[in-house]
Amino acid sequence: MTATVPIRCTVNGRPRELVVVAHHTLLDALRDDLGLTGTKECCLVGECGACTVILNGRSVDSCLVLAAEADGGTILTVEGLAVDGRLSALQQAFLDTGAAQCGFCIPGQLLAAHALLALTPHPDRAEVEEGLAGNLCRCAGYEQIIEAVLRAADEPAGGARAVEQPMVRQTTSDPAATPDASVAPQ
Amino acid sequence: MRPFTYERPTSLAEAFRILEAHGAAASILAGGTDLIIRLRDGTVRPEVVVDLKAIKERDDGLHERDGRLVIGGWAVMTDIAADARVRRDFTALAEAAQVVGSAQIRNRATLAGNICNASPAADTAPALLVYGAEVVATGSGGTRRVPIDDFFVGPGRTALGAGEIVTSIELPLPPGRRGGVHLRRTRRRGHDLASVTLACAVMDDGRARLAYGSVGPRPLLVTDESGVLADSTAPAEARDRLLDRLLGAASPSPKSMRASPAYRLAMLRVLALRAADIAARRVAGGAAA
Repeated sequence: MTATVPIRCTVNGRPRELVVVAHHTLLDALRDDLGLTGTKECCLVGECGACTVILNGRSVDSCLVLAAEADGGTILTVEGLAVDGRLSALQQAFLDTGAAQCGFCIPGQLLAAHALLALTPHPDRAEVEEGLAGNLCRCAGYEQIIEAVLRAADEPAGGARAVEQPMVRQTTSDPAATPDASVAPQ
Repeated sequence: MRPFTYERPTSLAEAFRILEAHGAAASILAGGTDLIIRLRDGTVRPEVVVDLKAIKERDDGLHERDGRLVIGGWAVMTDIAADARVRRDFTALAEAAQVVGSAQIRNRATLAGNICNASPAADTAPALLVYGAEVVATGSGGTRRVPIDDFFVGPGRTALGAGEIVTSIELPLPPGRRGGVHLRRTRRRGHDLASVTLACAVMDDGRARLAYGSVGPRPLLVTDESGVLADSTAPAEARDRLLDRLLGAASPSPKSMRASPAYRLAMLRVLALRAADIAARRVAGGAAA
């Protein structure tokens, strides 16, 4: 019999209770159990970043996290970036610069950039390159992606505004959490 | 992925009971950035995965204690690379932690996991060797300290006993002014495993410690008491002869796809000299360790 684990977590602001298969990843749970297929499955070895989500305020490759590890956690996926049908400033910047070509890597790029701007609201180009080094784009749209992140960070209130919604909250009950209060936008 | 059961003990005692009950059929899960890859490709086939992150004794911080910097066994690369004391006193370790994987990997990967996996290419290993780290291993029988140079045995093999967990890694604070650096060679800029990974620490009297990985079954530590390695004004032939001795034990695998043995050995010499010069400049500058 397949072992299962009951978990509770908050996904894009919504509390969820799930029974996940012990050997399934957070990526599996998001896509197959919750139907959040914006998070992409690609290399499955943590090299391409297409499955990037934010777990407890930090970007992670969801293919390298067991679903059971997300118990008690707070998760942000690409579906949670827009609020009330309005794109986040970061998403808008991606659109404006033509950063999305085939689009497959874009959810991961957005979440990696979101995490970067939460920590470093005004990154220079080198910091953007390093922050997105774990996200590959087979269309090689890197210039437009970097430009989009820099443009979002250049907004009047800086990158903090670009990622102001939704808040990424820490939970204290999460054993998998790596607390870092500085990640929460001020 | 092949099915397994998942256990999340809430104390070390409970973890030891689970590990003892399952023996070799149990795999320890910390950050998971190596383990989950191996679970998926089938190179590790446990019956039970034991997640250590809910253990109440869990220490994911960095603390100074008794003349040492104690890095908790649950501390992740992101936090180690960003820590002001690591950046100041153990610069090579901060630089090494900063190039492990990607931001996403560094947010999950622990230093303890990096050394327990004992990859010959582990980027943090050379820095831990030059700084004389000690691994604190805890099991049901108690706690023991293992010098990092004794900890690495071979590829994927460490001195850790069955049922033991690395609960911290300790670094003696620098005895005086010291310059340190980590350098590596990769195929691509950004996210890649190293073809050569190397750390060097130079004391203000010119003594140097050099450690290098990805050029043999385990990372190696060598020392130079003569001051020639760190002396960029020394005759080139003298430094060449010294490097022949210091790097003589390197034996890169011809089977690795990342780089040929000849290339690795050539780059090892280049990086060793470059690292010694940078470390010597840093100790002269007095800024970093």
